[in-house]
Amino acid sequence: MIFPKIKVLHSHGWQYIPNLNEVELTEEFKGRPILTTTADMRDVEAAAELCPTKAISAQPFTLDLGRCLFCGECALRAPQNIQFTNDYKIGSASREALVIKPGDKRVEFCPDQVREVIYKMFGRALKLRQVSAAGDASVEMELNASGNVNFDFGRYGVEFVASPRHADGVVITGPISQNMAEALEICYQSIPEPKLVIVCGSEACSGGLFSESKAINREFLNKYKVELWLP
Amino acid sequence: MKYYITDNQNTAISLSEIPEVEYAALYEDLKERLADSSYHVAHYFACPEENRLKFYLILLNDAEHKVMVSSFAMEYYDDIALPSLSALHPQMHPFEREITELYNVEFDSMPWNKPLRFPYNRRNQNSTMDNYPFYTIEGDSLHEVNVGPIHAGIIEPGAFRFICNGENVLHLEIALGYQHRGVENEFTSTTNRLRQTLLAESIAGDSAVSHAVAFTMATEKLMGIHNENLNIERTIALELERMAMHIADTGALCTDVAYQLGQVACEALRTVTINTTQAWCGNRFGKGLIRPCGTNKPLTAEKIDMIRKNIAEVRRRYNEVKEDIESSPTILARFEQCGLVPKAEMLRIGGVGMASRASGAKRDIRSSHPYAAYAQHIDHQMVTMRDGDVMSRLMVRCQEVLQSADYIEQLLANYTPSSLPRPDYTTTLQSEKLSIGLIEGWRGEICHVAITDKEGAIVTYKVKDPSLHNWLGLAIAVRSEGISDFPINNKSFNLSYCGHDL
Repeated sequence: MIFPKIKVLHSHGWQYIPNLNEVELTEEFKGRPILTTTADMRDVEAAAELCPTKAISAQPFTLDLGRCLFCGECALRAPQNIQFTNDYKIGSASREALVIKPGDKRVEFCPDQVREVIYKMFGRALKLRQVSAAGDASVEMELNASGNVNFDFGRYGVEFVASPRHADGVVITGPISQNMAEALEICYQSIPEPKLVIVCGSEACSGGLFSESKAINREFLNKYKVELWLP
Repeated sequence: MKYYITDNQNTAISLSEIPEVEYAALYEDLKERLADSSYHVAHYFACPEENRLKFYLILLNDAEHKVMVSSFAMEYYDDIALPSLSALHPQMHPFEREITELYNVEFDSMPWNKPLRFPYNRRNQNSTMDNYPFYTIEGDSLHEVNVGPIHAGIIEPGAFRFICNGENVLHLEIALGYQHRGVENEFTSTTNRLRQTLLAESIAGDSAVSHAVAFTMATEKLMGIHNENLNIERTIALELERMAMHIADTGALCTDVAYQLGQVACEALRTVTINTTQAWCGNRFGKGLIRPCGTNKPLTAEKIDMIRKNIAEVRRRYNEVKEDIESSPTILARFEQCGLVPKAEMLRIGGVGMASRASGAKRDIRSSHPYAAYAQHIDHQMVTMRDGDVMSRLMVRCQEVLQSADYIEQLLANYTPSSLPRPDYTTTLQSEKLSIGLIEGWRGEICHVAITDKEGAIVTYKVKDPSLHNWLGLAIAVRSEGISDFPINNKSFNLSYCGHDL
């Protein structure tokens, strides 16, 4: 029947976001934090104590975005020292750059750290195979949403593919469980060279809440170089 | 047989008040009660207690809105096989399998004695993901199709093995455990309650609010805390989550039958819904919204206006999609009479939540064991269907989206924002108690159980996601269907891997 479809189409209208760089996120969204050292650092010590993933160090004062779950409780406990902005550009080619220090105004993404071959091979099209290794489905759903009608990731030539044989790299989500370690390895081996590894979400970056769990096996990340860390 | 009888709003139960019975008595009692569909088991687990292995049973009586708790114990070195309840009532299978996997307790004549999730602390370390004992059928005309653990799309891992006769599925077996993170042990290895709350939020990312509410319910009962307005705000968050996920799944079903208009319309509507949650609390999945004893994100007059406006818009547009689906013969031809799970079968396997309601089973904790705002402010009318096919599961979703929108509007229209307490991560929990967090998430019944020791530390924490029961429902749904109908059946259930694997 055609009329109900016209109604849906009419209400749906134009959903595509023309310029993703101009999108303003809501005030409540928590992205890159700003750290400030004060004379009295007791609040920071309390926040470090409370932090569920031990992302905060009081001495020296740092906040590791690779461990942070963005719950924001530290900013409530130490409002003078920690404020979250809604800057969402927090990916980096190096794990160390995710550790925020007082005064840092951005997460450093250093183009020199990206291998030459990546610029050469993947300039216009990047096909990725995603592997969820004990991810809780939230990062997975957001990766799916990145390709949807609003965000349309495909416009940049980035696409998720079904077979690792068709992929240029692997995107890992989740802390990497022991029970997924072998499947992840097989998947990685099936991707033709040159290939890259992207880890997505704090759990993938550090193990997150499960970094100490005996059910986790993060050997893979010791073996292979990660090209992009996205907390 | 003796039970401690309570409801879903009472406080935590002293361990000393929980009757301890003989297994034979419990076996005889469940044998009879579980034949009556108004009873089902919410949780049944074992945990070490001093020198014994203690078993707790949490039985729900839907008709009388009661929660019934009992227990039995055995010595560690008792070498007797207990008669299996799964043999009589298949709904018991995940519980008995878990107990066998963790403690080597044997259940006599257990018909499906297979590993459940390969936890790191399983007794038999020789049992691994690689040697899961898949069921096989011999026959020249049959072939097997193995899918997973990594699937084609961006979803969690699990291994599916189909035995097919031509295009038709004779049998599907689902082997899970790839997502096992040791969640339950992480709860007991910390006393940082904020960390425990975040663990609850990450049991299943698509049910972050639901699991967090179950956790706060269980812990607040251990502190004797109850706040009416907090409960109203939590109920709104639960219904927002239900809307978002039902809309997402409507879109996913549309995708799988190549109905692109429905797909993109639902994608956009889900974006509006989860962005509403983000504008409330900062996270699209509602992480950070639910906290024990209080909240960091109380509703304000502006946020109430924003939610009401967005939800009214989503409701209107979603209803148009629903009407379009209902008037499209090509979509109906794919969904109707596909993936049937009859009511009797659903009850037999202990199906819960929206999938069970699609088969006509009256399973909804909001009605049977009301909590939060469902206990006072909402007269919940359960949405049920009759056929138990893909279409019924879709239609339960469609109607529940509209119903949830109505509930949110109804709660917000009468709500005056007040100053709510801040979260409390420090109050000591009552000692030597058992506390239950029992709620209806969008997928179905979620049951958390916390047991505290003499110092009030949580020594046992058990989590049950509705997926634990419903994965078997999916396996049954695809029997005798074409294998190409598997995707729509899978989407119609949309079960959680990490919620199952923990």
